[in-house]
Amino acid sequence: MGKTLTGGDIACEALLNEGVDIVFGLPGGAILPLYGVLSRYPQLRHVLVRHEQGAAHAADGYARASGKVGVAFATSGPGATNLITGLATAMMDSVPIVAITGQVGRAAIGSDAFQETDITGATLPVTKHNYLVTRVEDVGPTIHEAFHIARTGRPGPVLIDIPKDVMQEEGTYDYERDRQINLPGYQIPTTAPEDQIDAAVKLINESERPVFLAGHGVIISRAFDELRELAEKAQIPVVTTLLGISGFPENHPLHVGFPGMHGEAYASLALDDSDLIIGAGSRFDDRIVGNVNEFATRSKKIHIDIDPAEINKSVEVDVAVIGNLKHVLGQLIPKAERKSRPEWIRHVEQLKIDHPSLHIPETGNLSGQHVVRGLSNVTKGNAIICTGVGQHQMWAAQHYKFTQPNSWLCSGGLGTMGYEVPSAIGAQMAMPEALVWSICGDGGFQMTMMELATAVENRLPVKYAILNNNHLGMITQWQELFYMGDTQADAYTANPDFVKLAEAFGMKGMRIEEIDDVEDAIEEANAHPGPVIVDFVIEKVEHVYPMIPAGGSIKDLMEDTRV
Amino acid sequence: MTTQSKFEARTVTALVEDRPGVLARIAGLCRRRGLNIASLAVGRSEQPGLSRLTFVLEGPPGVVNQCAAQLERLVNVIDATDITNKNHIWRELALVKVGTTAETRVEVLELSRVFRANVVDIGVDSVTLELTGGREKIDSMITLLDRFGIREVMRTGRVAVLRATLFEGEEDGQFQSSRKWVNGLPHEYHVTPGVSGSV
Repeated sequence: MGKTLTGGDIACEALLNEGVDIVFGLPGGAILPLYGVLSRYPQLRHVLVRHEQGAAHAADGYARASGKVGVAFATSGPGATNLITGLATAMMDSVPIVAITGQVGRAAIGSDAFQETDITGATLPVTKHNYLVTRVEDVGPTIHEAFHIARTGRPGPVLIDIPKDVMQEEGTYDYERDRQINLPGYQIPTTAPEDQIDAAVKLINESERPVFLAGHGVIISRAFDELRELAEKAQIPVVTTLLGISGFPENHPLHVGFPGMHGEAYASLALDDSDLIIGAGSRFDDRIVGNVNEFATRSKKIHIDIDPAEINKSVEVDVAVIGNLKHVLGQLIPKAERKSRPEWIRHVEQLKIDHPSLHIPETGNLSGQHVVRGLSNVTKGNAIICTGVGQHQMWAAQHYKFTQPNSWLCSGGLGTMGYEVPSAIGAQMAMPEALVWSICGDGGFQMTMMELATAVENRLPVKYAILNNNHLGMITQWQELFYMGDTQADAYTANPDFVKLAEAFGMKGMRIEEIDDVEDAIEEANAHPGPVIVDFVIEKVEHVYPMIPAGGSIKDLMEDTRV
Repeated sequence: MTTQSKFEARTVTALVEDRPGVLARIAGLCRRRGLNIASLAVGRSEQPGLSRLTFVLEGPPGVVNQCAAQLERLVNVIDATDITNKNHIWRELALVKVGTTAETRVEVLELSRVFRANVVDIGVDSVTLELTGGREKIDSMITLLDRFGIREVMRTGRVAVLRATLFEGEEDGQFQSSRKWVNGLPHEYHVTPGVSGSV
């Protein structure tokens, strides 16, 4: 039967019942009743961050790496608003997070009280769902419902706002009663209807030049084996999207790379030359599609997605298959014909030869590509890689040869600078034995570098590789290419000394300026038991190629003329 | 507005949870996707705890066509259906307060009879008429009443339901060229989608 507890206790018990063992957070006045009972729940490890954005990103990194729901705590007002960037990042990339925020007492809500923000109103567009809990007996059911919503279907962040006095009040909690979910409007697709499967199979079997466009859905639904089995059986080359990277082994002969704005040219060309694109857990993002009217005009399209609202959102498709990708691929495998398609496979191989997108221009100076290549070599593609957004992210996506499933964590949809520092902390928490390398730009690193203290405090051996060119490199690139070279606000002329910074945080710091020193430095960092910053001083103005400009098509492909 | 001319209107009905904040979620979604809510009618449904909405949404074709799917993503939305191309009946209600004098009152009342409007209030110098019907009918009456001096017009949004089926093997609101009566008699029946309730 139910126990009588305070709202704060109910929250902790409900979290434990959901299997939570780590919470990232930062306390404040309105959430103190929850922190006040934390000592009674030693199984619930609280990781104190330095800024609430770090809590949300760390929960995100934890969720992506573990497949579990990440949890963040923040107080009302500024604490809650600081979470928003992290929630939006998780929303865009379909990452399950439950954020619990304190709110001012019920009587004060709407009175512009100290540290009051309408956080459920503010986070409506960046959460999958959110709640303002106004009765203590709703705390338990709401938390269980929130976890259910966060992790099922298309995952996403859920925020629960709990007023201070609700956490202090006593109510009953009964797990068996409160875990009952009653959401008549909430559908969780699993297997797809047979007519959709048959329509898809027909196109696959009839196709001569099919290609997978495998997205984040492969990783979220853990459909690695199914994707590989179907690709091998029907000999379908696999292009992964940016977020689909590490969903298919990069040392596999059918792997083709990632397409789009800065993807490998041969991946974009393979999509363009195909007669069938099988979008598998990908949302045909604008960075892949560019100009909709010129995107892969000679191909039919199958779109497999768990979210019906993604169908025909950006690209009109011929067959839509609604379901959980792992289940859908499992349905397709027995029905797809075993094929060899030697001509098409040869054609794709030739594209790789004709468009060597991953050649590094040798100027004699250290470049970001050298660093990523070095990391890939030393770690043999086995590390977990976190990045933010920008040139460093694109080089990482291009040059790291991922061999482990789900080993690539980057802010894809929202493109959040600074994601790389705290997300690596969350990933290391989730995978204590794994080697976690955060590849950072010097810009993004400085947005969230206060979380290094969190890494040190929790003895997390995260390795940070700063690709330091004293520039917002992608901004420089765009200004040079599209704003007539009028570079503005792109240079950091007073970056801190990152080696001294590492030492100030109590970490190991190294600076590398020569190509030949890269791999040794990485080995040394790997051997160090604690967190490390390696400040890689790279070429100042280096563009990321290949490039298809925003809104462009394959006709606008720019390849590096130096190679 | 010139941008509005490219807009397409869709009639959508939805069954939603009857609780605070649900309409804000729906309105927020429409705003994010750049959809204009041209009309909206909300009321409790036949099922306890659930409300039914009818709205007319306007937006660029590619976006507005997706609105039902987007709405269904909301946890509190049980079901959303774009009924624009389904066989449905819809009505609006208008309350129109018209200025009258001793000379014009008879003419106003005569007009109301023609439109089958009800007189719901009458004062010294005004009459309030209640009219239900399609948008064109209400527009016409308002146009004709204009010269008497309209004091106030209050129109509800559109409310719509799918037409019941008369034929076997069909869902409500479905169009089919060849049909079979429910009682088993063969029958050829032709109907063009979008005739009733087209915007």
